[in-house]
Amino acid sequence: MFDLYGRGWQMLEGGLVTVQLCLTVLPFMILIGLLGASAKLSKYRTLRIIGESYTVLIRGIPELLVILLIYFGGTIAVQNIAELISGEETRVDIPAFWSGVAALALVQGAFASEVFRAAMQSIPLGQIEAATACGMTPRQIFVRIKLPQLWRFALPGLNNLFQVLIKDTALISVVGVEEIMRKAAIGAGTEKAPFTFYLVAMLMFLAFTTVSLLVFNHLEKRAARGIARG
Amino acid sequence: MFEDLLYVLGKYDSWLWNGFLLTLQLLVIAVFFGTLLAIPLAVARSSKKVWVQAFPFAFIYFFRGTPLIAQLFMMYYGVGQLVANIDGIQDHWTWTYLRDPYWYCLLTFILNTAAYIAEIMRGGIQNVPSGEVEAARACGMTPFTTYRRIIFPRMWQMIWPAYTNDVIFTLKATSLASTVTMMELTGAARKIVARTALPYEAFISAGVIYLIIVYFLTFGFKGIERYLRRSERRKDANKIVVTSPAGP
Repeated sequence: MFDLYGRGWQMLEGGLVTVQLCLTVLPFMILIGLLGASAKLSKYRTLRIIGESYTVLIRGIPELLVILLIYFGGTIAVQNIAELISGEETRVDIPAFWSGVAALALVQGAFASEVFRAAMQSIPLGQIEAATACGMTPRQIFVRIKLPQLWRFALPGLNNLFQVLIKDTALISVVGVEEIMRKAAIGAGTEKAPFTFYLVAMLMFLAFTTVSLLVFNHLEKRAARGIARG
Repeated sequence: MFEDLLYVLGKYDSWLWNGFLLTLQLLVIAVFFGTLLAIPLAVARSSKKVWVQAFPFAFIYFFRGTPLIAQLFMMYYGVGQLVANIDGIQDHWTWTYLRDPYWYCLLTFILNTAAYIAEIMRGGIQNVPSGEVEAARACGMTPFTTYRRIIFPRMWQMIWPAYTNDVIFTLKATSLASTVTMMELTGAARKIVARTALPYEAFISAGVIYLIIVYFLTFGFKGIERYLRRSERRKDANKIVVTSPAGP
């Protein structure tokens, strides 16, 4: 039972790819989120409009559609650019893994920008004014005052987002990345045991989301230390 | 570029239109039955008795902790195979329905949506000010009447923004039906791409249709929100909002 028709290792390998996907997307998601939040709070109207329309667009379009668009469309775009540069017909293949990472970072980044925007607005205005009065430049204020506190205000939101991210990586199986769902589909097909394989896949995801929840809860507690409960 | 777009829209407009109708159909049925199922789940979940809480807790935890695509494959391929293995089922008149992915998709979406909505409702029920519930009891209302006249109306007021969000998440979730060969909006776009090799035109057309649906949903739900909060407009006090949990 536990070796799953001799495919237990493959499922574990799939689990490793899922973890890799999550951890690769995470820094890009945070970066896009910070950039998006700064754009939304910018004093320039154009930047604000770009930031807002980015979120509105991503919020309304299914993740699966974004993944498919980047996987199929991205290849053509890169190919055209490569042909422009080299001047001859070239064939480029973007690995499915990286197009999946790009799609998920784009989607989760939009939601992260909302989280960071709210977090930035939770920082008391008096602190910013005090920093300005001390003669800090906007960059110094960002690095010394905003960034350290952003973490604490954004953690509950990021907790949610990371849960969604773990579940969304399953969608990348559609373009053939060999993560848990893809491995389960292969196993289910060849061994004619879909129930067993999909059950194992679900339990693996459940384990990942549970671990992520526990880690984030711990981080939230840690970030809140030294803050008076009221 | 534009010729390609017009070509896709002109030649495959009926696919996109039928996909649009199927997407709407899946969304409306999933949200309607999901909400119906979520009410008893949420009530049981906010009970203080452990043995009443246990089942809804496990149900919500399981459906919120696993990817929708895994639930869908489990239902369509896993449960589907168990059904197909029943003796003589393939000659039975129900077989036409039992092998149709449509019913498996609907069932999965309903259960999944129910779990998410139940969690939102639990937050709403628990945030109803306890003074109001005690006052209702003091007036001699039975628990059932208290729920009907006090707790549910209050809950809907509070959860409406989160509920709106969840309906939009369900709309996006229906795109997964395309992975089990359903021809809803995403499925139609994928088939157009397979035919024409024009990914931008097809996927962006589908994306724009999704955005239009979201726009009208948001617009309509805002109107209902204003109606639900009609009593607060004069006082504009006691606004309690439950924040939305993460989507599927």
